[in-house]
Amino acid sequence: MKGFRWRLPLRYGALVYLALLVVLPVGTVFFRAFQHGLGAAWDALTAPDAVHAIWLTFIVAIIAVPLNTIFGVGVSLILARHRFPGAWLLDALVDVPLAISPVIIGLGLILVYGHTGWFGNWLAARGITVIFSVPGIVMASAAVSLPYVVRSVLPVLLEIGTDQEQAARTLGARPFTVFRRITLPNIRRGLAYGVTLTTARVLGEFGAVAIVSGAIAGKTETLTLFISDSFNSLQPESGYVGAVALCLAALIVLTLLTVTDRDRDAWHGRAAA
Amino acid sequence: MSIEVRSISKRFGEAVALDDVSLEVATGSLTALLGPSGGGKSTLLRIIAGLDAPDTGTVLIEGEDLTTTPARSRGVGFCFQHYAPFRHLSVRRNVAFGLEIRRRPKAEIAARVDELLELVGLAHLGDRYPSQLSGGQRQRMALARALAIEPKVLLLDEPFGALDAQVRTQLRQWLRDLHNTLQVTTVLVTHDQEEAMEVADRLAIINHGHLEQVGTPADMYDHPANEFVLTFLGPATRLDGQWVRPHDLVVHPLEDGKPGPGAREGTVARVTHLGFEVKVDVDLNDDGSCWVQLSRGSAAELGLQAGQRVWVARSDATDTPEHRHPILSA
Repeated sequence: MKGFRWRLPLRYGALVYLALLVVLPVGTVFFRAFQHGLGAAWDALTAPDAVHAIWLTFIVAIIAVPLNTIFGVGVSLILARHRFPGAWLLDALVDVPLAISPVIIGLGLILVYGHTGWFGNWLAARGITVIFSVPGIVMASAAVSLPYVVRSVLPVLLEIGTDQEQAARTLGARPFTVFRRITLPNIRRGLAYGVTLTTARVLGEFGAVAIVSGAIAGKTETLTLFISDSFNSLQPESGYVGAVALCLAALIVLTLLTVTDRDRDAWHGRAAA
Repeated sequence: MSIEVRSISKRFGEAVALDDVSLEVATGSLTALLGPSGGGKSTLLRIIAGLDAPDTGTVLIEGEDLTTTPARSRGVGFCFQHYAPFRHLSVRRNVAFGLEIRRRPKAEIAARVDELLELVGLAHLGDRYPSQLSGGQRQRMALARALAIEPKVLLLDEPFGALDAQVRTQLRQWLRDLHNTLQVTTVLVTHDQEEAMEVADRLAIINHGHLEQVGTPADMYDHPANEFVLTFLGPATRLDGQWVRPHDLVVHPLEDGKPGPGAREGTVARVTHLGFEVKVDVDLNDDGSCWVQLSRGSAAELGLQAGQRVWVARSDATDTPEHRHPILSA
């Protein structure tokens, strides 16, 4: 075989590349986190600022992810099922957060919602602080993670077409019933993938959040900011432990989605048995 | 009348899909909307179902004006060309769908689904998923699903279009039998004239958005309203400027016997054997050409060959001229 002598070098090349860029660095962070024993790691993790950072990250995710899920499914349905002038513009705008740097998104949010921004006075008069506060962090996280659900769901919607939905209509289903009983089960895998990507992005976002939050320890620090802050203020152990917490959170999300998917499959399996 | 459409017109942008089409479908009949692809027949079916809205015109089902009624409330069973199976549901749940969303009692649904699966011959496959079925089985599942809601009318869009030839022939016969059993008013769309004539008891021919003719298959074959219907429904050729069915022509070598009255002389251009049928192309002396359809037996008897001098005449030409019925004057 012609390509045979290239096969082994290619295989090991890929492994080495992965090891150098991902396995080694992340492994070292894990190692450092537990270098001084489990007790020390636990203490670092339960320090007030760390706990607050974990809590804040959780709150941001629990708001931003459902928002983007609803928005993403809605936009996908609009783009896939309706023809209207300007659809191309909506389609293109969805990708903007992927194309431009999160830092720019953060800056933009400050310009619009900050004290001197367009809505700054209006918001301030009503006692609402967006920038350097939780709403701003949620908005920044939602903005950067906005494309993922649309980009995972839209192709599936286009691929399944409208036949099943029309069949359901002729059988007596109302629009919401069609969505819940036909469309949703068909896009479930794509949606799960999109939600996973969105969650991972929200948990891991740094740039946009760093700009809008002001990174006040114990107040507006998410986990990524906490890690960076700890590292810069010469308390790297807290940073390592925070990093491990972040990885675990991402792992939990992945596992949950896999398990729910498997549950559904098991249900199918029983039905088919 | 079970279905009545009055003066339906529909455009898609610049393209005219239907132009002032009116049609009545008798209760209990099996009607085929027949015509070339893109002629507007599927659009008419979708308008009857409420899946498309007409620009102008009225749709009545069992005398009730349903023009603006949404598809879900029309009580119409619709089968899609590619069956549109609910991929995430088992065959049973597919068939049960219409009943489940009507919140019928579970026991009633189960009994009705059993009955329908039995009817379409899928009783043993109820727990399979659509991806595990063959094309013909999916088609029958889609039919059972549409029948579950006890529709007032059953609409089938190219029901055999996506099947291979053998299954297609079986399903035609099966559909005919099913219709005889259920007597539910059925409209099917097809571009295959043979299929339409075999299955349907009435044909409505649609071309370029116009309804060309409505009638029984035999009637329309013998008395087509225009050239389009004539040529679409079966083979046709021209002799003496008149359209004739090529099996209504006789051909004879010039040397044996006298040409009959009204016969035209010519030369055999080609003899093509198509199984039972033999096609003889003849270049006529006077002008143009025609072709004659013969059975294999009579072709062998005549022993025709290319280049041979022959005469061609209408088989009814021995009748007196008053008795001749040109099926269509050109």
